[in-house]
Amino acid sequence: MGTDGKTPEPPSANPGQSKGQQASDREGALPAADLLQGRLSARQMRDLVKESAFAGLIAFGIFVFISGVRIVDQPGGLGLEYHWSRLVLYVGIVCVGRFLWGLRVRLRRPDHVPQWKAILGRTTARAPQVAKILAGFALVFALLLPLMPFASRYLVDTATTILIYIMLAWGLNIVVGLAGLLDLGYVAFYAVGSYSYALLAYYYDFSFWMCLPLAGLFAASFGVILGFPVLRLRGDYLAIVTLGFGEIIRVVLLNWTELTRGPDGIDSIPRPTFFGLPFTRRPAEGADSFHTFFGLDYSSMQRIIFLYYLILVLALITNLFILRVRKLPLGRAWEALREDEVACRSLGINPTNTKLSAFAIGAMFGGFAGAFFATKQAFVSPESFTFIESAIILAIVVLGGMGSQIGVVVAAVLLIGAFEFLRSLEQYRMEALGAAMVVVMIWRPRGLLAHREPTVLLHHDRALDLGEAIEENDS
Amino acid sequence: MNAQSADNDALAVPSGARALLTVEHLTMRFGGLLAVDDISFAAGDAEITAIIGPNGAGKTTVFNCLTGFYKPSEGRLSLRHDSESGQQPLFYLERMDDYRIADAARVARTFQNIRLFPTMSVLENLMVAQHHALLRASGFTLLGLFGSRRYRRAEKDAIERARYWLDRVQLTEQANISAGSLPYGAQRRLEIARAMCTEPVLLCLDEPAAGLNPRESAELNQLLLRIKEEQEIGILLIEHDMSVVMEISDHIAVLDYGRKISDGTAEFVRNDPAVIRAYLGEEDEEQEEKGEQGREQERPEQEQSESNRP
Ligand SMILES: Nc1ncnc2c1ncn2[C@@H]1O[C@H](COP(=O)(O)OP(=O)(O)OP(=O)(O)O)[C@@H](O)[C@H]1O
Ligand SMILES: [Mg+2]
Repeated sequence: MGTDGKTPEPPSANPGQSKGQQASDREGALPAADLLQGRLSARQMRDLVKESAFAGLIAFGIFVFISGVRIVDQPGGLGLEYHWSRLVLYVGIVCVGRFLWGLRVRLRRPDHVPQWKAILGRTTARAPQVAKILAGFALVFALLLPLMPFASRYLVDTATTILIYIMLAWGLNIVVGLAGLLDLGYVAFYAVGSYSYALLAYYYDFSFWMCLPLAGLFAASFGVILGFPVLRLRGDYLAIVTLGFGEIIRVVLLNWTELTRGPDGIDSIPRPTFFGLPFTRRPAEGADSFHTFFGLDYSSMQRIIFLYYLILVLALITNLFILRVRKLPLGRAWEALREDEVACRSLGINPTNTKLSAFAIGAMFGGFAGAFFATKQAFVSPESFTFIESAIILAIVVLGGMGSQIGVVVAAVLLIGAFEFLRSLEQYRMEALGAAMVVVMIWRPRGLLAHREPTVLLHHDRALDLGEAIEENDS
Repeated sequence: MNAQSADNDALAVPSGARALLTVEHLTMRFGGLLAVDDISFAAGDAEITAIIGPNGAGKTTVFNCLTGFYKPSEGRLSLRHDSESGQQPLFYLERMDDYRIADAARVARTFQNIRLFPTMSVLENLMVAQHHALLRASGFTLLGLFGSRRYRRAEKDAIERARYWLDRVQLTEQANISAGSLPYGAQRRLEIARAMCTEPVLLCLDEPAAGLNPRESAELNQLLLRIKEEQEIGILLIEHDMSVVMEISDHIAVLDYGRKISDGTAEFVRNDPAVIRAYLGEEDEEQEEKGEQGREQERPEQEQSESNRP
């Protein structure tokens, strides 16, 4: 992305040197000396150095305690460990980076459109087509994944995790993307769903299939409970209250030891059955299990694959629901509420009911996903429902593009996939995530695949309209 | 004019038409500020009633009280539907929530600073306005999810109604583009179409001609007259543009500093010395100044929306 041959003269360039410069321009790359002498005035140069130094100073301030000085556990108490070389490296990177960036900005032709922007512009214009193709491809791939020769146990397991996040992000997308209510405590509903199943199974031996709808119902009720106090709040205030709500749920789960067994969590949660057929190696006397019924050899992969398809179906139901509800008055009212609440009121839309329904339905899908999570892990503890989970789900929604269904899939695959991929680099995971978010938000501030298609179209051709009406009546 | 006589005048519509809306002793205080001070007037059914007055006179505040966005400090706002049109013909608006006023009492409004749903398409804006009929038809979403026939029929009707109003405001071609990308004048028309899609009995327009050019203004006059005649609804109009007000209003109420200073037909108000003194200016000079000011305020808005165009 360096300067190409067409870089023009900055107005302050020294005219005496411009000839030589043009010559070097034609050769392509610019010698650094040329850049620094002819193209920037002394003042610009000074500014540039000043900016870089300032960036370095900020970097120093940030990194000195993160990387420069570390507290370590020593025999005889805590001690400090110094990593000056690392600190110098980081600050140096920031300084040089800032310098090069500033140089590039100053040498850029005013009307110059960088190549990456042009490409992005083109993909943005084609976003709906890209999204459609991507969605079709993703669906086929998701359906076939466990049957692929390379589908190891680890891969299918990871794909299941990704699908949980996709489902959660789709659920949160109802609240954040459609209704425009920034919810930082979404994981609370996930927790309510998980614990509903875990507790009902633990105390009353309820089966998964009985608990799945109940988990959704409980989570939806908690959505309404959260919804009521925050009806009047918007934006950042709403975000903070929802964040608090998420923490309250977690802390209650942690401390109500008589009911939830606190930090120990609840284990041996029953696995789901396949229409009553359990996935056990040795079924009970006189009963069938999955592999005996179908005359297969026992393999633990069967259960893994079953769980994968189960979450795939749940996620697809979520997606289908959103696709449909967007075209219904409720979905349109959510979007209208996001755009202008006052206008909604003036049109007779009850903002209370509309917001509560968004909270409740978003929470319900979180609850379903929670029940699935409990049965997949066979173990739940409050540790799985920390704020960072909410943040990751929200990050997926924002990265994917608010309201964009396929964008969420792409973002979830990238984020959760990257987490798995970077597992070996444990300590750099969060840094990498942060950097990725910053980059995406600079390049595509509205998310990877943000594009809004109207939910209803007016067909100008009345004949066509009539044809459709006939078709619809036939079907 | 003392309060007593103003009161008696107020409850009758000058033309003798049936009173659709009766405003009695409406008062609105913001802390120490008396924005609306004991105003009474009536608006006739199937008539255009204009509320005029200098900037800050309290016109928008009256609208906000009418539509439930403000709870009036004092006063009664009663809306009487045509006896045949509803089971519950009389509404006390000051007691109702804003969305109930729109939904049950069927008062629709537009806003001084346009409030559309900008990223939604023009057609979607009109569909949102028909929320209640559609919500019921979709069985509160449950039936709609499974694509019930009843909902599809209702949606088709809603689209037809939207198409009708799009035709009326000449926006049919733009139906599928986002409302925020329309030019300013078109956004104003869309807002009126959206209000009309709620099938109101009273339509409240807050400065619909602001920022329109003379040709658009003339078209607006025609549109409002036709709405009044064809839909037989009452229209309440706040407007600074005298060419609009004087030409189409059946009845004008004039506010100044929160008080009503005149009330009557266009002819009467035009010649009322109180109005001339307070509003139309001693001589032409002041009126000119007023007009300039008005335009000055509108221009930035207009430019902004124009520059938003791709
Ligand atoms: N929410 C509010 N809080 C405090 N004061 C308000 C509020 N709304 C309006 N006012 C004040 O009430 C007075 C009347 O305002 P209003 O907006 O009704 O005037 P207007 O007649 O619509 O003027 P314009 O022609 O400029 O639109 C003004 O002095 C305004 O500052
Ligand atoms: Mg006003």
